[in-house]
Amino acid sequence: MIASSLPSRVGIGFKPEHFADILAEPQPVGFFEVHAENYMGDGGVPHAQLARLREDYALSIHGVGLSIGSMQALDRPHLSRLKTLCDRYQPESFSEHLAWSTHDGVFLNDLLPLPYTRETLDRVCDHIDTVQAVLGHRMLLENPATYLLFAESTIEETAFLAEIARRTGCGLLLDVNNVFVAATNHNIDPHDYIARFPLEAVCEIHLGGHSETVDDLGAPLLVDSHDTPVKDPVWALYRTVLQNTGPIASLIEWDNDVPAWPVLREEASAAQRLLDAAARKRVA
Amino acid sequence: MSQTMQSAFAAGLFDAHPPPPGLAAWNKATPRRRYAVYSNNVETSLTGALAARFPAAERIVGADFFRAMAGAFIRACPPRSPVLLAYGDAFPDFAARFEPARDVVYLADVMRLEFARGQAYHAADALSLDPDKLAGIDPHRLGELIFVPHPSLSILSSLHPFHTIWAMNTGERPLADLEHWDGEHVLVVRPRLIVDVIPLPGDCANFLRRLAAGSMLGEAAALAGGEDFDLSHALAILLRSGAFTTFREG
Repeated sequence: MIASSLPSRVGIGFKPEHFADILAEPQPVGFFEVHAENYMGDGGVPHAQLARLREDYALSIHGVGLSIGSMQALDRPHLSRLKTLCDRYQPESFSEHLAWSTHDGVFLNDLLPLPYTRETLDRVCDHIDTVQAVLGHRMLLENPATYLLFAESTIEETAFLAEIARRTGCGLLLDVNNVFVAATNHNIDPHDYIARFPLEAVCEIHLGGHSETVDDLGAPLLVDSHDTPVKDPVWALYRTVLQNTGPIASLIEWDNDVPAWPVLREEASAAQRLLDAAARKRVA
Repeated sequence: MSQTMQSAFAAGLFDAHPPPPGLAAWNKATPRRRYAVYSNNVETSLTGALAARFPAAERIVGADFFRAMAGAFIRACPPRSPVLLAYGDAFPDFAARFEPARDVVYLADVMRLEFARGQAYHAADALSLDPDKLAGIDPHRLGELIFVPHPSLSILSSLHPFHTIWAMNTGERPLADLEHWDGEHVLVVRPRLIVDVIPLPGDCANFLRRLAAGSMLGEAAALAGGEDFDLSHALAILLRSGAFTTFREG
């Protein structure tokens, strides 16, 4: 059982406004990724578009609402909806986040952070075991962009993710922008973080943009806003990862202030050039 | 992380509490601004989800007013499901009771229309009734037919020209002064991929509403009201709009 069978090429986060452009000609795109929750209506345009895209492209379904990091029970009806969606579209990959978003039945619509302790590790592993059992295949878990730390944390994030992958067999989705954002916010070297990351479990990479603000003491505080091109230090980090892993399915994520399709495609081409270079290096 | 900690973290996101204890930053900064990134994400993303569902309402009251009203609604009725495409069903009723919007008497009805359009957009796909199927029915038995509504169907009525106002605030019609302030009725349906909003005479709206609720055609026509009720016109709308999928004999 493999965690993901996405091609080791660049993919793009699908936005409905690009549908006509995408269909107009064959696109140099290895896969499209969609947010699962946007396809949980019964019918209409969203499913018509996704079914059409599915005919020509590999698909990654990326959940943003399962709340795997919650200390409360998993939302079983939501898990059933995910199962229905995955059964219908047979995606090459299903991924979710190391975060929580639902509490006491209220959906907060953000990827909220959790402390890294033995207790939370056990809980997250239980949840992933359940998800994988229900879906019938392995999932990928994404590292979070975080803005603060917890006094009670006793495990480093990289070790936490490595242990989850080891125990549950899930793959990891390495969001390189999240690494840069979180490393800056916590004043650690992002290259050190990557050096400690369990790269052997990585099946997909995310690349996106972020915005900049400051904390209460004026220290840099980056926000994972997905509303800009990928920034230079994130490209640099991506190159470092590829040197260690070889080519891996890599997604351009641009969710807010979404640009015209050619802009997004150019961003994807830039990533594809780095993937191609990594592939040549492998052969050589 | 205890559940208590998670509860405290969650509670503060909505109510502008100070950050809960137990949070930290590498530079010992108070985590106020760091925590505020999360509370801001929650508020902005949910407000954005509502604005996407109620664009005409946002245009009518303005972005700032809409944001304030949406913020109050989110606190009163936060989403209970991660599937936000269904969030906001209670927002029109909330707006109807929202004191600062009291003078905008038509706002809630415009929002009900927007919500019905959103539901139709995501409703299950279904083939509409083929008019030829009715041709084979004995005319004497027509009155006993019971029609099955299309999953996307809604019929809405307002004391205000809510459809005209909606159309003017979505670019479907140019903004202009209203010559008459009359109630309006519409049928919302998505027979294929495009959501249609079709204006109806009031008696026709009553007729179709009864039909959609399961009344036999004869009964629905008799109770539609109005001596001017034009059954053949109503049946033409019924068939042309794709508002029903099939029928059976009652």
